[in-house]
Amino acid sequence: MIRPSAAACAALLILVTRLSAAPVAEALPAILAVDHEGKGNAAAARAWQVLATADADALPEILAGMDGANPLAANWLRAAVDAVVARHGGRLPLEALVRFLGETEHDPRARRLAFDLVKGADPARAEALLEGMVEDPSVELRRDAVAKVVAAAEAMQAAGKTDEALAAYRRAFDASRNVEQIQSLAATIRGLGGTVDVTRHFGFLRGWQVIGPFDNTGGKGFAAVYPPERGIDPAATLDGKEGKVSWQPVESADEYGVVNVNLVYPPPVPPEGEAKPAEGEPKEGLKGVVAYAVTEFDAAEARPAELRLGCKNAWKIWLNGAPVFEREEYHRGMEIDQYRLPVTLRQGPNTILVKLCQDEQRRPWTTEWEFQLRVCDEVGTAIHPAGAAEPAR
Amino acid sequence: MDRPVALLVAAVLLAAAPLEADDWLEFRGPGGASRVKEDSLPVELSVADIRWSADLPGRGLSGVLVVGDRAFVTTSDGPTQDRLHLVCLSAADGRILWDRQVWATGRTMCHSKTSVAGPTPCSDGTRVYAIFSSNDLVCFDLEGNLQWLRGIGFDYPNVSNSLGMASSLLVSGDTVIVPVENDSESYTLGVDAATGANRWKLDRPKGANWTSPVILAPGIVALQSKTGVDAVRVSDGATLWSYAEGADTVSSSALADGVLYVPSNGVTALRLDPADPTKQPTQVWRENTLAPSTASCVVGADAVYCINGAGVLTAGDRATGKRRWQLRLQGPFSGTPLTDGRHLWAVNEAGLVQVVELGDKEGSVVATLDLGDEILCSPAAASGALYVRSNTKLHKIGRPAPAGK
Repeated sequence: MIRPSAAACAALLILVTRLSAAPVAEALPAILAVDHEGKGNAAAARAWQVLATADADALPEILAGMDGANPLAANWLRAAVDAVVARHGGRLPLEALVRFLGETEHDPRARRLAFDLVKGADPARAEALLEGMVEDPSVELRRDAVAKVVAAAEAMQAAGKTDEALAAYRRAFDASRNVEQIQSLAATIRGLGGTVDVTRHFGFLRGWQVIGPFDNTGGKGFAAVYPPERGIDPAATLDGKEGKVSWQPVESADEYGVVNVNLVYPPPVPPEGEAKPAEGEPKEGLKGVVAYAVTEFDAAEARPAELRLGCKNAWKIWLNGAPVFEREEYHRGMEIDQYRLPVTLRQGPNTILVKLCQDEQRRPWTTEWEFQLRVCDEVGTAIHPAGAAEPAR
Repeated sequence: MDRPVALLVAAVLLAAAPLEADDWLEFRGPGGASRVKEDSLPVELSVADIRWSADLPGRGLSGVLVVGDRAFVTTSDGPTQDRLHLVCLSAADGRILWDRQVWATGRTMCHSKTSVAGPTPCSDGTRVYAIFSSNDLVCFDLEGNLQWLRGIGFDYPNVSNSLGMASSLLVSGDTVIVPVENDSESYTLGVDAATGANRWKLDRPKGANWTSPVILAPGIVALQSKTGVDAVRVSDGATLWSYAEGADTVSSSALADGVLYVPSNGVTALRLDPADPTKQPTQVWRENTLAPSTASCVVGADAVYCINGAGVLTAGDRATGKRRWQLRLQGPFSGTPLTDGRHLWAVNEAGLVQVVELGDKEGSVVATLDLGDEILCSPAAASGALYVRSNTKLHKIGRPAPAGK
């Protein structure tokens, strides 16, 4: 029997890798060309067959194809990975996938997928890899890494090492970019007597100037262009729905930055004999109205950012006078980071204007007239205004 | 094409098409009537009739498709439910044959009771078309080969519903009907089944809408919304006629024997012109004591059956709409029941299958089976078995096929 030399084996491996990679490289452009409304789908379907039948060694190259790809192209590649893995079962190029995972310049979701493939083949190794990922640019990898820190903190707490546990919880809190994880950690830390600044961690903006109400009878206020949309004059007195209105300062008392416009404007006087809302409680609000909220965000540098909005009323947003996005939907729900709006901040003052429309529904769940907004990067890390104070501990 | 070539092409097409009459290819089956062949489902049920229960890789409440020997279901998972799965299982034993994932390109926020995997997919027997609440639309062949995909929210960023989208797909000929109607940017699309490209894009009433379309006749589909029902030509999206007296935005219409039962002012029965369904239909009756809730009405042999929000099943005469009888079931129900005309199979949210014997003057529960699993989907039926899914499992319920079959 002839035994091939190590060099021959290596040469064969390189040859096989190149042979399997070449068709992948040729197929990728058709996948990456897909675009809106089905553009490029037919060619992509032919290219997908090439990818789906590729050797498992091609997986890192397919994953790398996601770098900079639009979300549709990334999905074509995502499904191809499934097909390749299904054909090759557990015979995956683990070392190459681990290397890919370690290269943080790759697309975060591609890296997460690489991690899942490693975990499927070698769960213990994947768990070990998480140790260094608490600051990972992939929110999901970071979430899992933070969960390991939390588990360790819980063990410390159970062993009576409260100070060490508190420090570990705080490290987890600082690293986390997952909303539920952050909320849970804030409660835990406070339960142990520690303090956390949730507002700062998220980057919620709590200080605003608000003006209103303007008319939204019949929903016409959404499209109507009221004076604040043409320019902000802090000293202006404007014609509102039922008289003159002017800007007034509002500081949200909510650590998640919820600005409750119903607390700004007096509610209708309840009919004789009906109970009035308690002091500080959300009041039965105005209906068929529009308000504007404006704030100035002083950016330390020009940079890409995200405005992340939660709102259950119809809304529009402008940054420095330019429209960013708008949505005409009422009372379907609100949550943190409900809308992620990519923007570019300019160095120095940036004006953020929010238009907030309230409809005329009278059902109990249609009372809210509020929003919450934060400024962060694409990972969810808060971007703080220039000169913002360090968090309290 | 000369005759031998045409015959050869026809033979190849027939051989390639695994479509069987017993397949379940869309939400609520043909016409949305939730009808199954008479005596095709077991009436007496026991735990032994649970043929298998398969673990699913994610949550969802979309209905199941059955195409030949395969079952298809959608799920979602991940911290933000942005991993979208189309899963193919063996109908024989519940083994997962393949699982393909894409990532949500649209928003995944939805009410806690619903799911990103809310809409039921559809099939033409050779491909499976699936959409999710994030408005990601995918098409795979039966072997799991990706044919095309779309991000409807990527194309039209204001297509979404913060409570969740749930309208199901339909395929009619070579066009997939894609309802993405909501408060803001509200459309129904006619999409090329082969490539995913738009054939047409129809502006639709602005308003949250969870109802699903129904095929009225070859090449004609009914779109329901808060304004009523519009009959739309599948080839070009032209509106052929409209019934404009309002309709529900949750429960959907059902078609049987040329009559469309619309959840409108109770239930309104519209008879299509038998000679020309493109013409305005005739209102046969309107009955406001029929009050469907989340579940849609189903159409039996001579009665229409609706379950209200309190779990009360009402039988209405198909000819007049008049109430025949009522029966309180154990509710609540999210899924639409099935009927073969003699019995009705209703699965409540707690997973209790209730088999109702349908009489002229009364109905009675003759069997129950507790699945012990939250069931929010509408059941599917194929080859004598009932398919329901939960957030974690897909159950097949039915008698084993007779030996030799």
